[in-house]
Amino acid sequence: MTVNGEFIELSSPIDLKTFLESQGYNINRIAVEINYEIIPKSTYQNVILSEKDVLEIVSFMGGG
Amino acid sequence: MNFITNNNDPLILDGHTFNSRFILGSGKFSLKLIQTVMEYGGSEIATIALRRANADSPENILDFIPKNITLLPNTSGARNAEEAVRIARLSRELGCGDFVKIEVIHDSKYLLPDNEETIKATKILAKEGFIVLPYMYPDLISARKLVDAGAAAVMPLGAPIGSNRGLLTKDFIKILIEEIPLPIIVDAGIGSPSQACEAMELGASAVMANTAIATADDCASMAKAFRLAIEAGRTAYLAKLGRVLDKGAEASSPLTGFLQD
Repeated sequence: MTVNGEFIELSSPIDLKTFLESQGYNINRIAVEINYEIIPKSTYQNVILSEKDVLEIVSFMGGG
Repeated sequence: MNFITNNNDPLILDGHTFNSRFILGSGKFSLKLIQTVMEYGGSEIATIALRRANADSPENILDFIPKNITLLPNTSGARNAEEAVRIARLSRELGCGDFVKIEVIHDSKYLLPDNEETIKATKILAKEGFIVLPYMYPDLISARKLVDAGAAAVMPLGAPIGSNRGLLTKDFIKILIEEIPLPIIVDAGIGSPSQACEAMELGASAVMANTAIATADDCASMAKAFRLAIEAGRTAYLAKLGRVLDKGAEASSPLTGFLQD
């Protein structure tokens, strides 16, 4: 699976919410796209990640 | 004589009213400084950017911007309309409202915006209910197309981003102010309070600044100086500047009753 441009190996099936928490993300401060589709926050635990998925995990920073 | 106070002169963006006409960019600051700078500047709108999240950094800018501030996510990093739309949708998913500043740039030397792609993105996002503030090169024809596309304001650049060089595009911004029936917010390149004041005297509805504040020695005091300058310029614009003589002079004191002859 590719997360923010980096390859991450999935050892066993995992849902998006558990994955994000295991990686240390603050779920309230991020938005997630899987294969270019935005995933609504309320559905994170129903989304099962697969090897072929491409994830973008974004948050706000300072900027003009 | 009409006495004008700034209290009843709000900036209105798609029905949302703001008492401050100073939009602050949040880039290049240490997170701890942002709240103080916003307080000194009196800003009610702050821009922010969307980037890949870092799981290892617990601090997030949203925890440092006061809750009463309206967030204006930008689409920096977008190189075309499609990417700008993608960034805007992700920003809205983060739950900070419908405002978006469209920024489409693929010129890495001068960081000049692509007006054509900006118009395309504006059209798509306005239809999706976003309040769209497009950053653009001050071209009248493009600005008219942005109006038709559903923009809530137009944000022409004064000078290249981060340059602090001031109102290099002054004459063309004036044309937009005269011809475009939307708020004109001068963005990018404004480097000093006097330049911000001049933009407001011309009739700009607001000024956005980031680098000018962030690269000052004392960021908070510079934010305050911008606030005062923007208020001065706005008040001068509403008061209507006095006329300018092409040549010669006109005495300000009476020309009779001299102590002579």
